[in-house]
Amino acid sequence: MDVTRKLEILADAAKYDASCASSGAARKDSRGSQGVGSTGGMGICHSYTPDGRCVSLMKVLLTNACLYDCHYCINRRSSNVTRARFTPDEVVQLTLDFYKRNYIEGLFLSSGIIRSADHTMELVIEVARKLREVHHFRGYIHLKTIPEASQDLIALAGRYADRISINVELPSQHSLNTLAPEKNLARTQQAMGHIRGKIDERHAEKRKPNTPKPPPFATGQSTQMLVGADASTDATILGCADQLYSAHRLRRVYYSAFSPIPEPSAILPLKAPPLIREHRLYQADWLLRFYDFKVEEIASPSSPNLDLALDPKLSWALQNRATFPVDVNRAPRELLLRVPGLGVRNVERLLAARRYTRLRLADLIRLRLQMKKILPFISTADHHPARLGLDSDSLRARFLPPPEQLEINFGAPPAPTPADFISARSGEL
Amino acid sequence: MRTVVIQPEYEAWRSAARQLLAQRVPPEDVLWADDAQESPLFMQEEPAQMAAPAAPPVKVPPAFLDLARSAAAHTDARRWAMLYRVLWRLTLGAERHLLSMPTDPDIRQLQDWCKAVGRDIHKMHAFVRFRLVSTHPATGREQFVAWFEPEHRIVRLATPFFEKRFAGMDWSILTPYECAHWDGTRLHFTAGVPRSSAPDEDAQDELWRTYYRSIFNPARVKISAMQSEMPKKYWKNLPEASLIADLIAGSSRRVQGMLETEERSVKPAPNNAYLQSLHALNQQQKSVTPDPGLP
Repeated sequence: MDVTRKLEILADAAKYDASCASSGAARKDSRGSQGVGSTGGMGICHSYTPDGRCVSLMKVLLTNACLYDCHYCINRRSSNVTRARFTPDEVVQLTLDFYKRNYIEGLFLSSGIIRSADHTMELVIEVARKLREVHHFRGYIHLKTIPEASQDLIALAGRYADRISINVELPSQHSLNTLAPEKNLARTQQAMGHIRGKIDERHAEKRKPNTPKPPPFATGQSTQMLVGADASTDATILGCADQLYSAHRLRRVYYSAFSPIPEPSAILPLKAPPLIREHRLYQADWLLRFYDFKVEEIASPSSPNLDLALDPKLSWALQNRATFPVDVNRAPRELLLRVPGLGVRNVERLLAARRYTRLRLADLIRLRLQMKKILPFISTADHHPARLGLDSDSLRARFLPPPEQLEINFGAPPAPTPADFISARSGEL
Repeated sequence: MRTVVIQPEYEAWRSAARQLLAQRVPPEDVLWADDAQESPLFMQEEPAQMAAPAAPPVKVPPAFLDLARSAAAHTDARRWAMLYRVLWRLTLGAERHLLSMPTDPDIRQLQDWCKAVGRDIHKMHAFVRFRLVSTHPATGREQFVAWFEPEHRIVRLATPFFEKRFAGMDWSILTPYECAHWDGTRLHFTAGVPRSSAPDEDAQDELWRTYYRSIFNPARVKISAMQSEMPKKYWKNLPEASLIADLIAGSSRRVQGMLETEERSVKPAPNNAYLQSLHALNQQQKSVTPDPGLP
């Protein structure tokens, strides 16, 4: 099998991993070396595919052969896909060739589990080692690790990688037992705890004065959860994410809406979740990390799923109208952050500007705030929202999306949506 | 009224502005023009008298210099006058806090220009595509050439990034108004060239297209999300963009194929020692911990 065909199979096999970040790495570059590569600062998206996702790292599996039988996964052992396997040198060469043409920021390498966790991990590490030690590659490397691999191997992976990750996949052991019988949440969390320990350790050593620079170690870890393959509510998913953020200080939790795969399993739901659910989870995740929201405020035990029609901040505001209107000239930062349509940066701008002036509507318009959205929730020197009806029943209706429009279709007749096929197949209307 | 004609570069503006400020020339008395541009009719009357006496140093917040350097790269003809007006207000106008006033129209305008320039730089970092043209006979270093069409005059601001990233290879980035070259020791700049000076294809482009085609998930088409980050104006210089139309057109047929595929039944676990140990471990853990994942 030639490299083109392998790339076709092993990139296809890797596309369900949503992570693409190439930011947050330690600052390094290729000056003074014969190699290429730099990291640090903002990651760069070098392209976008029509699914709206960015192409930042070359995301491939080393092999898509796998012992495990995770039913949401196209590479599970029960699947009938064509199997392929890269040699470490092939991945090294592809990474360098693509990197030098500025197609990518680096490599995201994962693998199906063959023979054992340790054996697989060794192969993955070999690729990273060659890139770093033989080719002096200073670009971004993200390695997927296996919780059951020995701690020494995970530590070695961390030496070569900028980021390492382990996917929790599903937020409860109950779901894993059904859909991913080889996976175990406790072991995954334990491995994450070890990785956090390593990251913290290296960080602490770096700060010690008069000591030699400690060997490099990945600067962050992340994970992914699958949405819609099991019956978990958004409250469960966000609760799990929140726990991972605080217990293991993850950089990111990625949410991946389960989507139809070419080799469907008999025990998966027929219906893929709406993509908007994934989007709402990301918005909620943002509120947890940057806006000081608590999980219970966004997804409460009494309504554990996010409102698909409205973003979670707006939805929270409509349920907590007594908090509003917020006076943009006086309110503290934490209250301004709660105003729908006001982001972190604009809050900073407002705080800076109001030290010198009393803010009026014209100022907000000049900042290009989303006036329609924020007006009912704020007051300024010349505006009070009472007449817009903060108390009225119709406020929610004001924010509901307009009737759906079709996307541009490059001249083709309107195509049936996946939902149409599902309803045709299941007889459901 | 005096007219100041400068090279369209930040340094040229800065030295002119410094002298004007030393002579206390208010912004409304200056007409700025690019050297490269069509000159206004009355310009010949009074070329700027720039041999000024030693001026007392003017102190401005460092943040203004960053703002000015970036706004200067914008192509809007009003930028020089706007920068001088803001400089005047910050210093002689005694509005020291002006930069903290994002609601001020002048500051807003400068920030908008900076944002456009910053975005252009970011897109250049993302969308430049190097093509291998040769290997240096003496040094053995690979030599690459790229073509890019920036919207603003950003080549000098954007290329230090490439120097750090691609130190180990020789490269040139050609653009219509200025070109940058790196030979392993020095970054230097030459005049712009036409598109035809750059190579069209690289041998790896086809492999890259294979990757791009394979990483696309037809079950989640979001065309507007793609276009907001990768506007169509960049497509003509991206080797992968030629695939976009076909990928979109074929996506629903592919999804239909997936949904019509018969589900696969579960395969029993193979006789593998590692898997068996894993299953035994899971059984054990199940009886000890009820569900550690739930908070």
